[in-house]
Amino acid sequence: MSTAPAEVDLPRSADSPSSDKPWVTIVWNDPVNLMSYVTYVFQHVFGYPKKKATKLMLDVHHKGKAVVAAGAREAMEHNVEVLHGYGLWATVNQDK
Amino acid sequence: MEPFRSVRGGGARAWLAAAEASLLRSLVGQIMSLVESAGMESAGMESGSPADDLASGQDDDLAALEAMLHGPGADTIPEDPVLARLLPDGYRDDPEAAGEFRRYTEPALRSAKHAAAQEMLDTLPEVGGRIQLTQDQALSWLKALNDVRLALGVRLGVTEDFEEQWARLKPDDPQWTAFEVYAWLGAVQESLVQALA
Repeated sequence: MSTAPAEVDLPRSADSPSSDKPWVTIVWNDPVNLMSYVTYVFQHVFGYPKKKATKLMLDVHHKGKAVVAAGAREAMEHNVEVLHGYGLWATVNQDK
Repeated sequence: MEPFRSVRGGGARAWLAAAEASLLRSLVGQIMSLVESAGMESAGMESGSPADDLASGQDDDLAALEAMLHGPGADTIPEDPVLARLLPDGYRDDPEAAGEFRRYTEPALRSAKHAAAQEMLDTLPEVGGRIQLTQDQALSWLKALNDVRLALGVRLGVTEDFEEQWARLKPDDPQWTAFEVYAWLGAVQESLVQALA
Protein backbone atom coordinates (compact mmCIF):
# COMPACT_ATOMS: atom_id res chain seq x y z
CA MET A 1 0.00 0.00 0.00
CA SER A 2 1.01 3.52 -0.43
CA THR A 3 2.73 4.91 2.62
CA ALA A 4 5.80 2.76 3.21
CA PRO A 5 7.87 0.18 1.36
CA ALA A 6 7.16 -3.48 1.92
CA GLU A 7 8.31 -6.80 0.59
CA VAL A 8 5.93 -8.06 -2.03
CA ASP A 9 5.79 -11.80 -2.04
CA LEU A 10 3.73 -13.33 -4.82
CA PRO A 11 4.23 -17.09 -4.63
CA ARG A 12 3.30 -19.17 -7.65
CA SER A 13 1.93 -22.45 -6.51
CA ALA A 14 2.07 -25.57 -8.65
CA ASP A 15 -0.06 -27.56 -6.23
CA SER A 16 -3.21 -28.93 -7.72
CA PRO A 17 -6.10 -28.04 -5.44
CA SER A 18 -8.09 -30.86 -3.94
CA SER A 19 -11.75 -30.35 -3.36
CA ASP A 20 -11.95 -31.22 0.34
CA LYS A 21 -10.09 -28.10 1.41
CA PRO A 22 -11.92 -24.90 2.32
CA TRP A 23 -11.88 -21.85 0.12
CA VAL A 24 -10.39 -18.50 1.06
CA THR A 25 -10.49 -14.88 -0.04
CA ILE A 26 -6.99 -13.43 -0.44
CA VAL A 27 -6.17 -9.73 -0.69
CA TRP A 28 -2.83 -8.87 -2.32
CA ASN A 29 -0.67 -5.83 -1.67
CA ASP A 30 -0.58 -3.09 -4.26
CA PRO A 31 1.21 0.25 -4.26
CA VAL A 32 -1.84 2.47 -4.75
CA ASN A 33 -4.54 1.61 -2.22
CA LEU A 34 -4.32 3.70 0.94
CA MET A 35 -3.79 1.81 4.19
CA SER A 36 -6.69 3.65 5.81
CA TYR A 37 -8.93 2.82 2.85
CA VAL A 38 -8.08 -0.90 2.91
CA THR A 39 -8.82 -1.00 6.65
CA TYR A 40 -12.11 0.82 6.08
CA VAL A 41 -13.13 -1.61 3.32
CA PHE A 42 -12.40 -4.63 5.55
CA GLN A 43 -14.56 -3.11 8.28
CA HIS A 44 -17.34 -2.12 5.93
CA VAL A 45 -17.48 -5.26 3.75
CA PHE A 46 -16.87 -7.93 6.41
CA GLY A 47 -18.09 -6.10 9.50
CA TYR A 48 -14.72 -6.70 11.17
CA PRO A 49 -13.85 -4.59 14.21
CA LYS A 50 -11.22 -1.93 13.54
CA LYS A 51 -8.50 -3.89 15.35
CA LYS A 52 -8.96 -7.01 13.20
CA ALA A 53 -9.33 -4.96 10.00
CA THR A 54 -6.11 -3.08 10.80
CA LYS A 55 -4.20 -6.30 11.50
CA LEU A 56 -5.31 -7.80 8.17
CA MET A 57 -4.38 -4.59 6.35
CA LEU A 58 -0.91 -4.69 7.94
CA ASP A 59 -0.52 -8.35 6.94
CA VAL A 60 -1.33 -7.41 3.34
CA HIS A 61 1.12 -4.52 3.55
CA HIS A 62 4.03 -6.36 5.15
CA LYS A 63 3.59 -9.94 3.92
CA GLY A 64 2.28 -9.10 0.47
CA LYS A 65 -1.08 -10.79 1.03
CA ALA A 66 -3.56 -11.89 3.66
CA VAL A 67 -6.43 -14.33 3.94
CA VAL A 68 -9.37 -12.11 4.84
CA ALA A 69 -12.17 -14.69 4.83
CA ALA A 70 -12.73 -18.46 4.53
CA GLY A 71 -15.73 -20.60 3.67
CA ALA A 72 -17.75 -21.90 0.74
CA ARG A 73 -16.45 -21.24 -2.75
CA GLU A 74 -19.54 -19.24 -3.78
CA ALA A 75 -19.22 -16.98 -0.75
CA MET A 76 -15.53 -16.38 -1.49
CA GLU A 77 -16.34 -15.53 -5.11
CA HIS A 78 -18.92 -13.06 -3.88
CA ASN A 79 -16.32 -11.48 -1.56
CA VAL A 80 -13.87 -11.11 -4.43
CA GLU A 81 -16.52 -9.50 -6.62
CA VAL A 82 -17.34 -6.99 -3.88
CA LEU A 83 -13.66 -6.26 -3.17
CA HIS A 84 -12.98 -5.69 -6.89
CA GLY A 85 -15.79 -3.14 -6.74
CA TYR A 86 -13.71 -1.29 -4.13
CA GLY A 87 -10.57 -1.61 -6.24
CA LEU A 88 -8.82 -4.05 -3.93
CA TRP A 89 -6.74 -6.76 -5.56
CA ALA A 90 -8.49 -9.93 -4.37
CA THR A 91 -8.58 -13.56 -5.49
CA VAL A 92 -10.32 -16.80 -4.56
CA ASN A 93 -8.06 -19.64 -3.58
CA GLN A 94 -8.26 -23.10 -2.11
CA ASP A 95 -6.62 -23.22 1.30
CA LYS A 96 -3.50 -25.33 1.43
CA MET B 1 -10.15 22.55 -1.17
CA GLU B 2 -11.43 22.13 2.34
CA PRO B 3 -10.95 18.43 3.14
CA PHE B 4 -13.84 16.15 3.96
CA ARG B 5 -15.25 16.24 7.47
CA SER B 6 -17.79 13.96 9.01
CA VAL B 7 -21.41 15.04 9.23
CA ARG B 8 -23.57 14.24 12.22
CA GLY B 9 -25.83 11.33 11.35
CA GLY B 10 -23.43 9.95 8.72
CA GLY B 11 -21.94 11.16 5.49
CA ALA B 12 -19.34 13.84 4.82
CA ARG B 13 -18.92 17.35 3.54
CA ALA B 14 -16.15 19.30 1.81
CA TRP B 15 -15.53 22.37 -0.30
CA LEU B 16 -13.87 22.33 -3.73
CA ALA B 17 -12.58 25.14 -5.95
CA ALA B 18 -13.97 25.29 -9.49
CA ALA B 19 -10.69 24.08 -11.02
CA GLU B 20 -10.59 21.13 -8.60
CA ALA B 21 -14.16 20.16 -9.40
CA SER B 22 -13.48 20.33 -13.10
CA LEU B 23 -10.32 18.22 -12.75
CA LEU B 24 -12.22 15.57 -10.79
CA ARG B 25 -15.07 15.56 -13.31
CA SER B 26 -12.65 15.06 -16.17
CA LEU B 27 -10.76 12.20 -14.48
CA VAL B 28 -13.92 10.42 -13.36
CA GLY B 29 -15.39 10.83 -16.84
CA GLN B 30 -12.34 9.09 -18.28
CA ILE B 31 -12.85 6.15 -15.94
CA MET B 32 -16.47 5.92 -17.11
CA SER B 33 -15.38 5.71 -20.75
CA LEU B 34 -12.72 3.13 -19.86
CA VAL B 35 -15.06 0.74 -18.09
CA GLU B 36 -17.82 1.01 -20.68
CA SER B 37 -17.79 -2.27 -22.55
CA ALA B 38 -18.39 -2.48 -26.28
CA GLY B 39 -21.95 -3.53 -25.47
CA MET B 40 -22.58 -0.46 -23.32
CA GLU B 41 -21.24 1.88 -25.98
CA SER B 42 -23.39 0.41 -28.73
CA ALA B 43 -26.47 0.26 -26.57
CA GLY B 44 -27.28 3.82 -27.57
CA MET B 45 -27.33 5.61 -24.22
CA GLU B 46 -26.85 9.01 -25.86
CA SER B 47 -29.60 11.20 -27.26
CA GLY B 48 -31.17 10.07 -30.51
CA SER B 49 -30.93 6.49 -29.32
CA PRO B 50 -33.45 3.71 -29.76
CA ALA B 51 -34.31 4.25 -26.10
CA ASP B 52 -37.41 6.15 -27.22
CA ASP B 53 -38.80 2.91 -28.57
CA LEU B 54 -38.47 1.39 -25.14
CA ALA B 55 -40.85 3.93 -23.68
CA SER B 56 -43.66 1.58 -24.64
CA GLY B 57 -42.32 -0.63 -21.85
CA GLN B 58 -42.08 -3.95 -23.65
CA ASP B 59 -40.51 -6.42 -21.25
CA ASP B 60 -38.78 -8.20 -24.11
CA ASP B 61 -37.17 -4.99 -25.24
CA LEU B 62 -35.97 -4.25 -21.73
CA ALA B 63 -34.60 -7.74 -21.34
CA ALA B 64 -32.78 -7.41 -24.66
CA LEU B 65 -31.32 -4.10 -23.56
CA GLU B 66 -30.26 -5.60 -20.26
CA ALA B 67 -28.56 -8.51 -22.03
CA MET B 68 -26.80 -6.01 -24.25
CA LEU B 69 -25.59 -4.10 -21.21
CA HIS B 70 -24.61 -7.00 -19.04
CA GLY B 71 -23.24 -9.77 -21.02
CA PRO B 72 -21.93 -12.15 -21.94
CA GLY B 73 -18.59 -11.08 -20.55
CA ALA B 74 -15.12 -11.71 -21.88
CA ASP B 75 -13.10 -14.53 -20.34
CA THR B 76 -9.61 -13.08 -20.59
CA ILE B 77 -8.04 -10.20 -18.70
CA PRO B 78 -8.04 -6.89 -20.67
CA GLU B 79 -4.82 -6.08 -22.51
CA ASP B 80 -4.77 -2.47 -21.34
CA PRO B 81 -2.88 -2.58 -18.03
CA VAL B 82 -5.20 0.02 -16.50
CA LEU B 83 -8.31 -1.99 -17.34
CA ALA B 84 -6.53 -5.14 -16.19
CA ARG B 85 -6.03 -3.48 -12.79
CA LEU B 86 -9.60 -2.16 -12.59
CA LEU B 87 -11.00 -5.55 -13.65
CA PRO B 88 -8.51 -8.03 -12.21
CA ASP B 89 -8.62 -11.83 -12.36
CA GLY B 90 -10.57 -13.50 -9.57
CA TYR B 91 -8.27 -16.53 -9.51
CA ARG B 92 -4.51 -16.83 -9.67
CA ASP B 93 -2.75 -19.79 -11.25
CA ASP B 94 -6.04 -21.15 -12.58
CA PRO B 95 -6.81 -19.59 -15.98
CA GLU B 96 -9.91 -21.73 -16.43
CA ALA B 97 -11.50 -20.65 -13.15
CA ALA B 98 -10.38 -17.06 -13.77
CA GLY B 99 -12.04 -17.09 -17.20
CA GLU B 100 -15.25 -18.53 -15.84
CA PHE B 101 -15.33 -16.03 -12.98
CA ARG B 102 -14.72 -13.14 -15.38
CA ARG B 103 -17.50 -14.22 -17.74
CA TYR B 104 -19.99 -14.08 -14.91
CA THR B 105 -18.76 -11.04 -12.99
CA GLU B 106 -16.98 -8.62 -15.31
CA PRO B 107 -20.07 -7.06 -16.93
CA ALA B 108 -21.59 -6.32 -13.53
CA LEU B 109 -18.27 -5.01 -12.21
CA ARG B 110 -18.01 -2.63 -15.17
CA SER B 111 -21.57 -1.45 -14.51
CA ALA B 112 -20.90 -0.99 -10.80
CA LYS B 113 -17.79 1.09 -11.47
CA HIS B 114 -19.69 3.11 -14.04
CA ALA B 115 -22.53 3.71 -11.58
CA ALA B 116 -20.20 4.80 -8.75
CA ALA B 117 -18.48 7.24 -11.12
CA GLN B 118 -21.86 8.54 -12.28
CA GLU B 119 -23.01 9.07 -8.70
CA MET B 120 -19.82 11.01 -8.01
CA LEU B 121 -20.47 13.23 -11.04
CA ASP B 122 -24.09 13.72 -9.97
CA THR B 123 -23.01 14.99 -6.54
CA LEU B 124 -20.06 17.08 -7.76
CA PRO B 125 -21.18 20.61 -8.76
CA GLU B 126 -19.61 21.65 -12.07
CA VAL B 127 -18.50 25.00 -10.64
CA GLY B 128 -17.27 23.47 -7.39
CA GLY B 129 -18.29 24.80 -4.00
CA ARG B 130 -19.89 22.99 -1.12
CA ILE B 131 -20.28 19.23 -1.35
CA GLN B 132 -22.45 17.30 1.03
CA LEU B 133 -22.63 13.52 0.74
CA THR B 134 -24.77 10.86 2.35
CA GLN B 135 -23.02 7.70 3.53
CA ASP B 136 -23.97 5.89 0.30
CA GLN B 137 -22.84 8.76 -1.90
CA ALA B 138 -19.58 8.92 0.05
CA LEU B 139 -18.99 5.21 -0.64
CA SER B 140 -19.43 5.86 -4.36
CA TRP B 141 -16.92 8.70 -4.10
CA LEU B 142 -14.43 6.41 -2.35
CA LYS B 143 -14.77 3.78 -5.08
CA ALA B 144 -14.63 6.26 -7.95
CA LEU B 145 -11.68 8.18 -6.47
CA ASN B 146 -9.88 4.90 -5.91
CA ASP B 147 -10.45 3.83 -9.52
CA VAL B 148 -8.99 7.12 -10.73
CA ARG B 149 -5.95 6.63 -8.46
CA LEU B 150 -5.51 3.03 -9.64
CA ALA B 151 -5.64 4.12 -13.28
CA LEU B 152 -3.21 7.00 -12.74
CA GLY B 153 -0.97 4.80 -10.56
CA VAL B 154 -0.67 2.19 -13.31
CA ARG B 155 -0.02 4.79 -16.03
CA LEU B 156 2.67 6.48 -13.90
CA GLY B 157 4.20 3.20 -12.76
CA VAL B 158 3.73 4.21 -9.13
CA THR B 159 5.46 1.98 -6.56
CA GLU B 160 5.53 1.92 -2.78
CA ASP B 161 8.25 4.58 -3.06
CA PHE B 162 5.91 7.09 -4.65
CA GLU B 163 7.33 10.08 -2.76
CA GLU B 164 10.86 9.29 -3.94
CA GLN B 165 9.70 8.72 -7.51
CA TRP B 166 8.05 12.14 -7.46
CA ALA B 167 11.02 13.83 -5.80
CA ARG B 168 13.34 12.52 -8.52
CA LEU B 169 11.34 14.31 -11.24
CA LYS B 170 12.25 17.82 -12.32
CA PRO B 171 9.32 20.26 -12.12
CA ASP B 172 9.38 20.61 -15.92
CA ASP B 173 9.04 16.85 -16.41
CA PRO B 174 5.83 16.11 -18.31
CA GLN B 175 4.85 13.63 -15.58
CA TRP B 176 5.36 16.05 -12.69
CA THR B 177 1.83 17.44 -12.79
CA ALA B 178 0.35 13.96 -13.00
CA PHE B 179 2.27 12.99 -9.86
CA GLU B 180 0.99 16.12 -8.15
CA VAL B 181 -2.59 15.25 -9.14
CA TYR B 182 -2.07 11.67 -7.94
CA ALA B 183 -0.84 12.91 -4.56
CA TRP B 184 -3.74 15.35 -4.28
CA LEU B 185 -6.27 12.60 -5.08
CA GLY B 186 -4.72 10.52 -2.31
CA ALA B 187 -5.19 13.38 0.15
CA VAL B 188 -8.82 13.86 -0.92
CA GLN B 189 -9.53 10.16 -0.53
CA GLU B 190 -7.71 10.00 2.82
CA SER B 191 -9.81 12.85 4.19
CA LEU B 192 -12.99 11.10 3.06
CA VAL B 193 -11.95 7.81 4.67
CA GLN B 194 -11.17 9.64 7.93
CA ALA B 195 -14.50 11.46 7.78
CA LEU B 196 -16.38 8.17 7.45
CA ALA B 197 -14.29 6.09 9.86
